[in-house]
Amino acid sequence: MEKRVVFDNRWLPYLLVAPQLLVTFVFFFWPAGQAIYQSAFIPDPFGLKTQFVGFGNFEYLFGNRYYRESFLTTAVFSVLVTVSAMSFALWLAVLADRVIKGSSAYRTLLIWPYAVAPAIAGVLWLFMFNPFTGIIAWMLSQMGYVWNHNLDGGQAMALVVAASAWKQISYNFLFFLAGLQAIPKSVIEAAAIDGASFWRRFWTIVFPLLSPTTFFLLVVNIIYAFFDTFGVIHTITKGGPEQSTTILVYKVFSDGFVGQDLGSSAAQSVVLLLLVGILTVVQFRFIERRVHY
Amino acid sequence: MAEIKLEAIRKSYGRTEVIHGIDAEISDGEFIVIVGPSGCGKSTLLRMVAGLETITSGDIRIGDRVVNKLEPRERDIAMVFQNYALYPHMSVFDNMAYGLKIANVPKPEIASRVAEAARMLELEPYLDRKPRQLSGGQRQRVAMGRAIVRKPAVFLFDEPLSNLDAKLRVQMRLEIKALQRKLGVTALYVTHDQVEAMTLADRMIVMNAGVAEQVGAPLDVYANPATLFVAGFIGSPPMNVLSHEIRQGRGPLDPGAVIGIRPEHIDLVAPGAGLIDLDVAFCEPLGAETLVHGVTAAGDKLVVRIDGETSLPADGTRVGLAIDPARILAFDAAGRRSET
Ligand SMILES: Nc1ncnc2c1ncn2[C@@H]1O[C@H](COP(=O)(O)OP(=O)(O)O)[C@@H](O)[C@H]1O
Ligand SMILES: [Mg+2]
Repeated sequence: MEKRVVFDNRWLPYLLVAPQLLVTFVFFFWPAGQAIYQSAFIPDPFGLKTQFVGFGNFEYLFGNRYYRESFLTTAVFSVLVTVSAMSFALWLAVLADRVIKGSSAYRTLLIWPYAVAPAIAGVLWLFMFNPFTGIIAWMLSQMGYVWNHNLDGGQAMALVVAASAWKQISYNFLFFLAGLQAIPKSVIEAAAIDGASFWRRFWTIVFPLLSPTTFFLLVVNIIYAFFDTFGVIHTITKGGPEQSTTILVYKVFSDGFVGQDLGSSAAQSVVLLLLVGILTVVQFRFIERRVHY
Repeated sequence: MAEIKLEAIRKSYGRTEVIHGIDAEISDGEFIVIVGPSGCGKSTLLRMVAGLETITSGDIRIGDRVVNKLEPRERDIAMVFQNYALYPHMSVFDNMAYGLKIANVPKPEIASRVAEAARMLELEPYLDRKPRQLSGGQRQRVAMGRAIVRKPAVFLFDEPLSNLDAKLRVQMRLEIKALQRKLGVTALYVTHDQVEAMTLADRMIVMNAGVAEQVGAPLDVYANPATLFVAGFIGSPPMNVLSHEIRQGRGPLDPGAVIGIRPEHIDLVAPGAGLIDLDVAFCEPLGAETLVHGVTAAGDKLVVRIDGETSLPADGTRVGLAIDPARILAFDAAGRRSET
């Protein structure tokens, strides 16, 4: 059967995709091109003219201790966010999957955090953990634990990880639950009759059958942790204390817009562009052979 | 090897009771078929034996143990599902070996037991394949193999052939029966197909709406159905049901009572020469036999099964029906057999 749509007017198809192309051009290709262009220049202190430096910005960048540390911070942050958001979501999905009847109610409740904007999520967690007025900070102090993420880099990291992961859990949960419900009940029952305990069934049957979902979410969560967590970090820690929560995407912002070092900021953007490109390639290659079994 | 005893088994989902107290005793090595129309509770009953559904009341014994509270894996059973329920990410070998690995059977023994089952089921060329690379019949065999390698005391089958085409179904039916005979394992087999039930069963349990209407050997059930439901369900075409007494010298039936007569227990004779007459509506020649459909003078529909080589009565003609009165079964208003 012919599935393609055939247009009589040869300009109509171009007209129809034009809005999408325009948006992509204005918000992606243009800024990306600008970033690549600017990464080869440094402006003078007054911003009046720029000087071509080739790869000078990149050389400076990778020679910079703070930038290398930001890489490490990003790695720690992304791993923590991805692992906690995914494992907690999987745990919730397994529980919800067992309560078949209630699962649509759970689903609706658990999706709510996903609708919250990152900055709002950040403020929400900031309220709870505010060292002076936050309820959880107060409860921790009652238990003799001093909470001040403005001073303690470890606590700051824990807080931005928690806020970022919390927002992503609902998304992961939906995919995990759908994945779990797609596994035929009789396959699990067959394993139970074959003698497998709940955990054995989980690790030898459920988890492998869930692997396409897991891999997909892995890529999505890493990209999320790399880029979409800006709002959370900006509202809670502003990258501090002492750059302990300055992940790469935040450093682009703080060096470029706060520090006004546009050449370096542009170079950092280009590095991020390459990173996201690699992640996307990984994801597409995977989607092509999505079926693992 | 084990006998199974079902004692007053009931099952409710919430307020709705779907199994209304079933008793049965199954001896060691017996092949029992649970047969009944779709939705009558066959799967539910089987799943209670397997331990996949809780038992609302009553006792299930396998061997000398009450297994009500035991997990499926503690019951020494194996089950073949309608959709086969193979592990899609494992090879045929791993599918069959899964239960043995869990039971910590030593590796060389796993290999030899799987090889033995694969040989019996002619699966040897496919051991490295994934289930999706197999045909329906082959998947069915893998499901069988997975059940037999564990050497369970009881085999449970839930409509294992209903996803196969008609020809394969007949072939697998014979193989299942042969395999069960060879292994001597007690088998509980669920189907809605009365032909499957007749051919496989040592004894069958005919179920209707959560009740066991009759338990018995296939030919006994066929010859002596305990209820009108069984009479209509077992046998194809079903038993003729007439609302009027046709034996000479007997009065009219009680209100609601009926009589039944199998299509093959009627012979065609000249009009007026038999017990009653039949107006022929149409004939279905099937080769070996022919089914003659018609209406009696009292308005009941009736089917006669005659030899395929006799000449057919023309549509619209009237024929006489010769019936041995001893072959006529009577049922009371509640659908139970009555002795008149
Ligand atoms: N999980 C369940 N919850 C509620 N009712 C059920 C459930 N499973 C089965 N039933 C009901 O129990 C009855 C028997 O079902 P089942 O044993 O599957 O029938 P069969 O296998 O004979 O076709 C049906 O009326 C069905 O709707
Ligand atoms: Mg069923």
